[in-house]
Amino acid sequence: MKHICQIALALGAALLSFTALAQAPRTGGTLNLIVNPEPPTINLGNNKLGPSSYVGSKIYEGLISLSSKLEPIPRLAQSWNVSPDGLTYTFKLRPNVKWHDGKPFTSADVLFSFKQYLPVTFARTKLIMEQVASIDAPDALTVVFKLKQSYPAFMYILEATGGTIMPKHLYEGVTDYRTTQVNNNIVGTGPFKVGEWRRGAFIKLVKNPEYWDKGKPHLDTLYFHIVPDAVGRSIAFESGKVDAIRAGDVENFEIARLAAAPGVSLSKAGWEFLQPVGFLNMNLRNKPIGDLRFRQAVAHAIDRQFIIKNIFSTFGNPVNGPFPPGYVFHDAGVETTYPYDPARAKALLDEMGLKPDADGTRVSLRLLPLPYGETWQRLAEYTRERLNAVGIKTTIVATDVPGWFSRISSGDFDFAYNFVYLLGDPSIGINQTYLSTNQLNRGSAANVDGYVNKDVDELLLKADQQPKAADRAKLYSQVQKTLSRDLPILWTHQMVMPTVYRTKVKNLISTGLGMNENFADVWMEK
Amino acid sequence: MDRLLFFARRCLKAVLVILFVIAINFALIRAAPGDPATILAGEAGAVDAGFVERIRKEYGLDKPVPVQLLTYMKQLLTFELGNSYRENRPVKEIVLEKLPATLLLTLTAFVFSVIVGVGLGIAAARRSGSVTDTLITAGSLVFFAMPLFWIGLLAIVLFSMKLGWLPPYGMSTVGADLTGWQAWMDVAKHLLMPAITLGLFYVAIYTRVTRAAALEVMDQDFVKTARAKGVPDGRVWRHHILRNSVLPVITFISLQAGHILGGSVLIETVFAWPGIGRLAFDALFQRDYNLLLAVFFVSSVMVVIFNLVADLLYSLADPRIELQS
Repeated sequence: MKHICQIALALGAALLSFTALAQAPRTGGTLNLIVNPEPPTINLGNNKLGPSSYVGSKIYEGLISLSSKLEPIPRLAQSWNVSPDGLTYTFKLRPNVKWHDGKPFTSADVLFSFKQYLPVTFARTKLIMEQVASIDAPDALTVVFKLKQSYPAFMYILEATGGTIMPKHLYEGVTDYRTTQVNNNIVGTGPFKVGEWRRGAFIKLVKNPEYWDKGKPHLDTLYFHIVPDAVGRSIAFESGKVDAIRAGDVENFEIARLAAAPGVSLSKAGWEFLQPVGFLNMNLRNKPIGDLRFRQAVAHAIDRQFIIKNIFSTFGNPVNGPFPPGYVFHDAGVETTYPYDPARAKALLDEMGLKPDADGTRVSLRLLPLPYGETWQRLAEYTRERLNAVGIKTTIVATDVPGWFSRISSGDFDFAYNFVYLLGDPSIGINQTYLSTNQLNRGSAANVDGYVNKDVDELLLKADQQPKAADRAKLYSQVQKTLSRDLPILWTHQMVMPTVYRTKVKNLISTGLGMNENFADVWMEK
Repeated sequence: MDRLLFFARRCLKAVLVILFVIAINFALIRAAPGDPATILAGEAGAVDAGFVERIRKEYGLDKPVPVQLLTYMKQLLTFELGNSYRENRPVKEIVLEKLPATLLLTLTAFVFSVIVGVGLGIAAARRSGSVTDTLITAGSLVFFAMPLFWIGLLAIVLFSMKLGWLPPYGMSTVGADLTGWQAWMDVAKHLLMPAITLGLFYVAIYTRVTRAAALEVMDQDFVKTARAKGVPDGRVWRHHILRNSVLPVITFISLQAGHILGGSVLIETVFAWPGIGRLAFDALFQRDYNLLLAVFFVSSVMVVIFNLVADLLYSLADPRIELQS
C-alpha cells in the first residue's frame, strides 16, 4: 500500500512538473494581427486613438500599466508612493532602461513628456495636468508630482496611452511635435521596435533585445496586417493568416462563427480600463427633446434587451445610467429605469400635447447613425422603426465618419448614436460627457447634447477631489440618481468587446489594457 | 507635321481638362461636411480649439476657398502637390509609392480583358447562333451584370478558402521576405484574382462589342470580295474582319481608363491591394484634401493619356482615319 502511495505521489509530481513545463513560455515565433484602419502614425505621443494605441503600445511605455482590477502595475516606474494627503506622488524609476537607440532613459524624459510634450498633443493629459502644481526630478531615477488638490484619478493617466513617455533627447527643441521629421524615427523603451512599415500592407515590429525585463518579450516578431474590408478580415482569420482579431475588426454577428472553429478561443476580457458604453445622444437644445417627458417616451419606445440580443449578438449588458455595472462607484439602487413600454411612450407624448396627425406622425426628427459598420447601421434602423411606431417620425441621415464627427461635435443632430470610453475613473470618463462647461466642438465624447445641470456640475467637480473613496461614492450616487432621472442621454448598452484568437497564443490578454498591453508576456505554443 | 500639331493641341486641351477637373473636385470635396483640422484633432484625441486652429493655419485652411484654390493651382503648375494632412509627408511621395501597385493591377486587368474579350467576341461571331455563341453571350451577360466586389468575394471563398490555391489578400506574403524570382512569383499569385476580377467586367463588354462588330463586318462587300478571291478563311478573319471589328473596342478602351480607378477602389479594398484606389478611398474618409486631389490629378492624367493612345490606335487600326484636332 505504501509503495502504491509512493508511486501515485511520484506520478502526480511528474504530471505537475510536466504541466509546468508545458506552460513554460516558449521563446520565439511570429504573431500575426490586424490593425484597422491603418493608423496615420505609430507615434503614441501624437495619436491616442485605437489603431495607433494598438501598435504604439508595444513600442512606447508609461510609468505604469493597469491590472484587470485597474490596480497599477510597474512599468517604467519600479515603485511609487502616495503621501497620506493624496497630494504627492513619488515614482522610483527602473534603472538601466534604454531607449531603442541605445540612449539611457531617465527622469528627464518623464519631466519632458509631462511638462512639454503631452500637454501639447493630448487634450486629456493637458486637462489633468492642470491639477498638477509641480513636477520635479530630485535625481535621475526619481520623479515627484505635486498636485494642487487631491485627485484620486491621477494614476489613470500614467499608462502607456495617456502618459506616453517620449525620448527627450530626440524631441527637445522641436517646435511642432506633429510635423517634425523626428517622427520618422520611432524610438520607445518598449519590448518591440519598428521593423518595417509597408503602408497599405503591414507594420512589422521586432523584438527589442535590450528590453529591461530580461528574457522578454517571448515573441520575435509582430505583424499587423492591414486589411481594409470587414469580410476580408474575417477571411484573414479563417484562412489562418492572422492569429487574433479584435472587437470591431469584424461585425458582431460573425464572432460566434469564427469562435466556433477548432483551436480558437474567445475572450471578453481586456476592456476593464476603456469600458465602452453605447448610447443615443439626444440634442436637448432642439424641441421637443428638451422636455423630459419626450426623452422618457423615447426610452420607453426602445427595447434595449432586443438591441443587445439581436443587434449586438449578445455582446452587451443592460445599462440604466452613466455608470455601467462593474464600473467603479456604480450604484444600481439609485437608478431610475425605463422599461420597454410603447403604450407608456405614447401616453407621455399625448400628455405633452404631441397628438398624431392623419399619418400617425407627432413630430419629425433626424437620427445620425454611428458610421462604424453594419451593426450600428442596423441599430439605427431598429431605432427608426421603434420611434416611428410611437409617432416620432425619424429620418436617418447617412454620413461618413468625418461627417458624423463634424455634425455631432457641432451639435447638428436631433438623435445620434455614439459610444464613449469610461477610462477607469469617473473624473476622466464621466465628467467629459456631462459637465455643462464641456459642450460643443470638443469632440464626440463631450456634452454634445447641451445638458446643463449646475447640481451635477458641482457634484462631479467635488467628487474629483475627494481623497476617500467612500465620500466619492456618495457624491457619484447622487450623480447617477440625477442623470438616470434626467435622461440627458439614452444609454443603450455596456459594450462587451470580444477578442477571437488562436488558443495556441498565450497571455494575449493579461491586464486591464487588453490588446493595448505591450505584449512582452505573450508567447505561442508550437 | 500634322501629327505634331495634333499632339500639341491635344496636350493643351488636356492641361485645361485636368485643371478643370481639379477645380471641380476642389470645390466638391470642400462642400462635404467635416474639415481636416477637426478630423485630425479628433483622430489624435486632441480636440481643443488651439490644436484645430494651429492645423488650419498650418495648411492654409483658414483662408477663403477661392484663395486656397488659386494657391493650389499655382503649386500644381510646378508639380508641387503639397503635403498629406494625415501622414504629414509629400503627397507626391505617397502617390508614387502606391501608383506602381495600381498600374500593375489595372494594366494586367486591361491586357487580360482585351485579349480574352476580343478573342471570345470573335469566337462567338465565327460560330454565330451555335451553342458556343450562346454560352459566350450568356456568360458575358452574367459578368456584365454582377457587381465586381461580389465576384471578388466569391473568388476569395472559392480559390482561397475552399481550394487554397491563391492568397486571399495583399500584394505579397507578409513575413515571407522573398527575393528575386520567388518574390515576383509571389506577387503574381497575389495579382491573379484581383486582376481577373477587375478585368471580367470589361471582358464582358469587349466580348459583346467585338461580336456585334464582327457580325456586321462579316457581311460587308470587302469581306465577300476577299472570300470570292479565294483568300483563306483564317486570313480573312485576321486581316479583314478582326482589324475592322476592334475599332469600337478601342473606343471602349479609352472609356475604360476613366472607370478603372473606380473599379480599383472596390477591388483594392476587397483584396487589400495597396494601390491608389484605396488611397483615394482612405483620403476621402480623412478629408485629406491634398492627397485626394493628387489622386484625382493622376487619374485625370491617366484618362488623358489613354484617350491619346486610343486616337493613335484608331489611325493604326484603320489608316483611313486621319489624325485631326
